[in-house]
Amino acid sequence: MAKITLDNLAHSYLPNPKGEDDFALKELNHVWNDGEAYALLGASGCGKSTLLNIISGLLHPSQGRILFDDVDVTAATTADRNIAQVFQFPVVYDTMSVRDNLAFPLKNRGSDPAYVAERVRKIAEMIGMEAELDRRARGLTADAKQKISLGRGMVREDVNALLFDEPLTVIDPHMKWELRTQLKSLHHEFGHTMIYVTHDQTEALTFADRVVVMYDGRVVQIGTPQELFEKPAHTFVGYFIGSPGMNVIPATVDGTTATVDGNAVPLGRSYGAVQGGATLGVRPEFVSLTDEGGLPVTVRRVEDVGRHRIVRADLFGNDINIVVGEGRAISPDMNRVVFDPAHVNVYVNEWRQEGEAV
Amino acid sequence: MEKTVNQKAWFLVLPVLVLVAFSAVIPLMTVVNYSVQDTFGQNQFFWAGLEWFREMLESERMWNALGRQLLFSGIILAIEIPLGIFVALNMPKSGFWSSVCLVLMSLPLLIPWNVVGTIWQIFGRVDIGLLGYTLDAVGISYNYTQDVFAAWFTIIIMDVWHWTSLVALLAYAGLKSIPDAYYQAAKIDQASRWNVFRYIELPKMMGVLMIAILLRFMDSFMIYTEPFVVTGGGPGNATTLLSIDLVKMALGQFDLGPAAAFSLMYNLVILTMAYVFYTVMTTLEKRGG
Repeated sequence: MAKITLDNLAHSYLPNPKGEDDFALKELNHVWNDGEAYALLGASGCGKSTLLNIISGLLHPSQGRILFDDVDVTAATTADRNIAQVFQFPVVYDTMSVRDNLAFPLKNRGSDPAYVAERVRKIAEMIGMEAELDRRARGLTADAKQKISLGRGMVREDVNALLFDEPLTVIDPHMKWELRTQLKSLHHEFGHTMIYVTHDQTEALTFADRVVVMYDGRVVQIGTPQELFEKPAHTFVGYFIGSPGMNVIPATVDGTTATVDGNAVPLGRSYGAVQGGATLGVRPEFVSLTDEGGLPVTVRRVEDVGRHRIVRADLFGNDINIVVGEGRAISPDMNRVVFDPAHVNVYVNEWRQEGEAV
Repeated sequence: MEKTVNQKAWFLVLPVLVLVAFSAVIPLMTVVNYSVQDTFGQNQFFWAGLEWFREMLESERMWNALGRQLLFSGIILAIEIPLGIFVALNMPKSGFWSSVCLVLMSLPLLIPWNVVGTIWQIFGRVDIGLLGYTLDAVGISYNYTQDVFAAWFTIIIMDVWHWTSLVALLAYAGLKSIPDAYYQAAKIDQASRWNVFRYIELPKMMGVLMIAILLRFMDSFMIYTEPFVVTGGGPGNATTLLSIDLVKMALGQFDLGPAAAFSLMYNLVILTMAYVFYTVMTTLEKRGG
């Protein structure tokens, strides 16, 4: 178990990167706390797997250092870093039995046979494969194989970190929940530092203490699920997380008032006079549809998703989504929207402005 | 509805029938025909029953040739399979040099058998061949026309030179199909190089290796041209393999009956061996090698 420090880290797959665009992973400095569960969340190609592979040592960064508990491991091999990693597609040793598969990382490190047997029994129980221990891994289903991969990753107790690279992609939905819950309880029990790469926000938000959102090779925000929801640091975080994502509305901002196409919108905090264009970010949950006040919208359609309804509308040429809670009526004359001032975020150049309390 | 009876459809399959008859059935049946008859020339044949088969089975000459054949196939498999795997493991996995390797290794496979034989026949000659002359010059006695060991050495090296590439290319294809994640997982599990080979590379190569072994066994068991061009079966009968012996018997001595019986049994042996190989290896595969 270790604290992981990323110092000045950046990576390019090109031998001689020229500009910033050549970097798959742009310069970053972060400290990831010992024993926390992190999820790396982002769309495909945002650099999250690159970052994971740098941490595990499978990839050598173009610049910067990685420290495990303040020890520089940048040049250390994967084995020396003493980490465990589970990959997107199951990796099992086909010709070995399930038992030997689980025991393999321990045996290779010369552990005591009695200890190995005990650990294997425990892990098998956890992944629910006690009955299959003596059969060959070949011919098992994809999710059984992935459970073995997970088990092999967790069989060592002394790992510095457990890394997961979209490990549940091939698993059945109901099994996904079960395994994710098990991973989480495992985390509570043993306190491993865990890093979990995924593009699925539900997976990230339910698994992690802190979610690291990546966009275009950059870490745009590290925060708890609640922070990501209420104060997205970047417009990308706003619309990537949430269903539907945050509404982004061009506006000019002066003090505690924003102006959207000539209409004043009150803000919860004071921002001074913002130079140039700003955008307002409001989650659909904090927009209410009314018949008076606020801004005029043209409602295009209403989708009933069960728990609530989503109203898709047009606000001065911008798409806007509104969540209307259960039991609240929608009538044809409701063609205006009001924002909850406390939950209107102001963005300049895509980045959130903190503002001052009023 | 009435079923139309139209026997004219048979004419549509006639061309194929004729073709197969001329290319396979008639020649094969001629051999069968020869194997049960005897002749004293003038195209007069007498019924001989299974006499030739009996004679062949009791013939020391055939058993010796079979022994030499098995030894030859055994040695070349024992060399070519491990060597081919070794070469494949050490080939560059991608980029310019991997293409260079692939092209260079395909070259021996593209040379006609006869030419391969000729190349080695000249290469090994003590008077003008690079190999023979060099060995002779450094004081190693080497003469494949007189020395049994030298003759065997030459035909085995020749076969290894000619066919190891095939094994290597097949093994290489098997290796290339292994996803990177396997190697990465092995690194994380701290698997030794040997364990990576034993538990990842070898199991993933088993399928193609099976094909390689089968192909090389069958081909080497039927080999004729190359050793014939180099040694002509000599010195004495030292390198007279089954095919060479068969041709000597059929065309050299014109013993059509015994040669026909011989070739039928030869054919059966190959079929049986291939079947046994295939069965054993697929069972192994199912059990997980």
